[in-house]
Amino acid sequence: MAKRIDVKDLNVYYSSFKAVEDVTMTVEPRSVTAFIGPSGCGKSTFLRTLNRMHEVIPGARVEGSVMLDDLDLYAKGVDPVSVRRSVGMVFQRPNPFPTMSIYDNVIAGLRLNGVKGRKDLDEAVETSLKGANLWNEVKDRLKKPGAGLSGGQQQRLCIARAIAVRPQVLLMDEPCSALDPISTLAIEDLVNELKSDFTIVIVTHNMQQAARVSDRTAFFNLAATGKPGRLVEIGDTQKIFNNPIERATEDYISGRFG
Amino acid sequence: MSAATHTPDLVEQALPDPETPQSTGRRVKDRTATVAVWAAFVIAMIPLVWIIVALLVKGGSVVVSASWWTNSQRGMTTLTAGGGAYHAIIGTLLQAVVTAVISVPLAIMTAIYLIEYGRSTRFGRIVSFMLDILTGVPSIVAGLFIYALWVTTFGLQRVPFAVCLALVLLMVPVVTRSTEEMLKLVPNELREASYALGVSKWRTITSIVLPTAFSGIITGILLGLARVMGETAPLLILGPYSQSIATNLFSGFMGTLPTMINAERNEVAAIPLDRVWGAALTLIILVLLLNLAGRLIARYSAVRK
Repeated sequence: MAKRIDVKDLNVYYSSFKAVEDVTMTVEPRSVTAFIGPSGCGKSTFLRTLNRMHEVIPGARVEGSVMLDDLDLYAKGVDPVSVRRSVGMVFQRPNPFPTMSIYDNVIAGLRLNGVKGRKDLDEAVETSLKGANLWNEVKDRLKKPGAGLSGGQQQRLCIARAIAVRPQVLLMDEPCSALDPISTLAIEDLVNELKSDFTIVIVTHNMQQAARVSDRTAFFNLAATGKPGRLVEIGDTQKIFNNPIERATEDYISGRFG
Repeated sequence: MSAATHTPDLVEQALPDPETPQSTGRRVKDRTATVAVWAAFVIAMIPLVWIIVALLVKGGSVVVSASWWTNSQRGMTTLTAGGGAYHAIIGTLLQAVVTAVISVPLAIMTAIYLIEYGRSTRFGRIVSFMLDILTGVPSIVAGLFIYALWVTTFGLQRVPFAVCLALVLLMVPVVTRSTEEMLKLVPNELREASYALGVSKWRTITSIVLPTAFSGIITGILLGLARVMGETAPLLILGPYSQSIATNLFSGFMGTLPTMINAERNEVAAIPLDRVWGAALTLIILVLLLNLAGRLIARYSAVRK
């Protein structure tokens, strides 16, 4: 089910402001790709173009192409809703639905897309929660509200919710930035397990995290404030961290700026 | 003062010594503000308490009799004690329900449009502006407008349904505004979480946004309903009082609590005066019950932690 993403000459605009310029990259299936770079360099913006979530913001638009295997996500007639069904997303702050129980949170995506059948849903809840390493902690209180869990558990609940719809790609926008180190570790372990089934893209401000979880790393930067963000280089994580081609990457990774 | 015993640095110069007693000036200001706030509170409470006490004292004896809740005023005169407010209670509730049935969908859909779809559009701004104007329309103007439309333009009879239409004009802006506020309180993250699951915008609104805002929306509806139930001006213009039980909204007259108060008030005798107080107390009880029901619904369906 994991699919490859091919991005070609992608520009992202907010109204007339060019936020990201000229990104071309390939995201390999069944691997973790990390996006690193200073704040405001457009990595989150770029991430959101991979499932057309940027369109939620008025005035946002893109030029260029994003291919999910053979499907051009921006071709005419492609429904952003169906794109998001195959490219899931986990956000910076855990955001379980406050009116729903743990159980209902996990199957929210399925139920809102018309899946019925108690048995299928029960099964999906168990598989997804197990997939998100949360099953043992919550199996006795599935009917309790999801908002009652701890921050780290909530974030894993959100991951369970995202993988319950069986997407091909999972985008994670700084999924650990609101969590403590223990919860962060739990999420990182989870990412490692999930990559056997999904294509994962993770945005992080934490370079150790990028080094720990990712197979490939992309470094984004902007030439100056007010200029659009650009992809500086992408490569195997080992290589980016030990032997980057670009000077800017080395400066950033070694902590000389950013 | 002990501050003099060691060298004061910049911080200590900037902050008052914790051991310094409060200066007289600050104490006076504090006292004055406290007294003013309490006085304002008490003054604001006086009319409320006064009204409730007066209603209980003068209308209490009328309201406690069972026939008050089961009988109408049919055949009663200013000289015959007894009869009840059943016809007026039925009329008020019936008109309120019909008004709500028309207003609530209109108001909620308008609020959804304004918050979820038309936020930065020209049309959205126009609708929002019109809503502001509608909020400021005096109830008698709403009544006269419907009279002009219903009676003068269409040549129809004055019927209870026309009253409902006038009340709709008053209820829609109240409920729309309160629903808007509640929708604004729903965090955008929840909408994004839903979109990211491949859920369409409309399903996100119906399944995530509205349930999250549900208890607040209910509260707004009940406040609007309470306002509409006590409204009198459109009733005086469009809904003549009837002493008998009436349930037909499209013909004849229908008694309501406000028009009952008004009708009995015009009689000069002791018995009708009792009925005025009784009807007033009944109206307050109805509104109170409505608010209570709203609180219960809100609590029962509140976002659980």
